[in-house]
Amino acid sequence: MSRNGERRLRVDWVRCDGYGLCGDMLPELIDLDEWRFPILRAGPVDRDLLHDAQRAADCCPMKALILEPVPADRRR
Amino acid sequence: MRTYPITQRLLAGTPMGGAAERLGAHVARLGPLPGDRRRDIIPSLEASGLLGRGGAGFPVGRKWRAMAERRHGDAVIVANGAEGEPASFKDRVLMANRPHLVIDGAILAAEAVGAGEIVLYVGGEHEAAVAAMSRALMERGDERRPPLRIVTAPVGYVAGEATAAVHYINAGDARPTTTPPRMSERGVDGRPTLVQNVESLAYAALIARFGEDWYRTAGRSETPGTGLITVTGAAEQQGVREIELGTTVGEVAAASGAGSHAVQAVVLGGYFGTWARAEDVWDLPLDPAGMRAGGLAFGCGIVGLLPEGRCGVTATAEIMGFMADESAGQCGPCVYGLRALGDATARVARGRAEADDLDRIERWTAQLPGRGACHHPDGAVQLLASALDVFGDEFNRHARMRRCSVTRSRLDVA
Ligand SMILES: Cc1cc2nc3c(=O)[nH]c(=O)nc-3n(C[C@H](O)[C@H](O)[C@H](O)COP(=O)(O)O)c2cc1C
Ligand code: SF4
Ligand code: SF4
Repeated sequence: MSRNGERRLRVDWVRCDGYGLCGDMLPELIDLDEWRFPILRAGPVDRDLLHDAQRAADCCPMKALILEPVPADRRR
Repeated sequence: MRTYPITQRLLAGTPMGGAAERLGAHVARLGPLPGDRRRDIIPSLEASGLLGRGGAGFPVGRKWRAMAERRHGDAVIVANGAEGEPASFKDRVLMANRPHLVIDGAILAAEAVGAGEIVLYVGGEHEAAVAAMSRALMERGDERRPPLRIVTAPVGYVAGEATAAVHYINAGDARPTTTPPRMSERGVDGRPTLVQNVESLAYAALIARFGEDWYRTAGRSETPGTGLITVTGAAEQQGVREIELGTTVGEVAAASGAGSHAVQAVVLGGYFGTWARAEDVWDLPLDPAGMRAGGLAFGCGIVGLLPEGRCGVTATAEIMGFMADESAGQCGPCVYGLRALGDATARVARGRAEADDLDRIERWTAQLPGRGACHHPDGAVQLLASALDVFGDEFNRHARMRRCSVTRSRLDVA
């Protein structure tokens, strides 16, 4: 139920431990706050960053960073 | 003093504060839940325009329809009477005084959406409410209805959040869970679950009896109906009132014994809400739809009146400290961010601000929303952002000059 196959990043905040690995791997899309918890850039991930985004999600030690289809009802 | 016409619907009947209404009196006053209305209650709720009263103001009829049209699974109804917001009293007053109306609403919801079980989730510290709901259940002994049970909610601000309620009912842990899967698909015991505030349910039980046209005869502004509010702060008569929606802040204040000269600022919607200058909102209708359009929130109906002579920075720091304490402790940005915001705000309030505290507060306030499993941090920073707007000069004075012009005091002398 995504629109035009767009994907977005989401953090499962209960799982995320704030090691900040994702921010180091993908600074284009992820800032880190002073506690090294991620701040995601809003909106769907640009096509040319999809590969890097998937890699960052795969490398998250807590499986807390998720690349997923943009839900049809959540167009942010 | 201006007054407004009193429209009692939810609180009609014997005056508040006495004993809870018994089943016999309840049925004598309102009649039984009409059986033939149960089938068309969903269109009726949709046409009524009834909005949820737990804080978010989502249309009740739409929520019931979505649940009724689910593909599979026997559903569960959770009547949310946790009321963890310390400034709010309306749900406990409703449950303590009109328990049968709440139970009617829960049964109606179960029948309308096809649910096989009802959980009455009642704040354990609201003792009169727990007692009244328990006795009401006993009075209903042999009635034909889905099984109903009471689960007392633990103390805590977040315990009333919908996923926290489901988590507690399932596993005794009142911390929110990460959606998805949505509760409407997998909630209590893994079954589709409808969580509805107790006031919303009580009103549904009235609409089932009197219809949507009756419902819409009340309401002085955009949103139809009446609603329960809690008046706190600079008022002689604090407490729960039922108002016709669209009644103004000033009318409510006057009826509660608070003149405009005595009120400096107003917090609307509670610890999740927004501060506003008294003169800016005195004529504002307490109208969920209109307030939302204006960037405000009716929330759970709190009208908090900050008296003249009380420092808004200190009042805000107290709320932020509370909100940080009430974090359920599982999401980093909420845990560290709210604590840091609470501490920085407290330093400012006490005249002990560090050089960049104001900048930090602004930055953290901007970066926290949306970064938790539930909306707890979002509500807290919304309140703080509105405080920075309304009490901005005073924040500056506290931080840079270490003075409070409301209490006329120097803060840097120990
Ligand atoms: C931190 C937090 C606390 C909440 N506490 C309550 C509560 O005590 N009672 C309540 O009815 N809703 C509470 N809510 C809202 C519920 O999540 C849910 O939206 C509501 O119970 C749905 O009922 P309604 O649609 O009738 O308003 C809370 C939400 C949040 C984010
Ligand atoms: S890598 Fe994973 S656990 Fe670490 S900060 Fe990023 S999302 Fe959180
Ligand atoms: S956002 Fe805060 S209150 Fe909500 S679940 Fe996470 S830690 Fe708990």
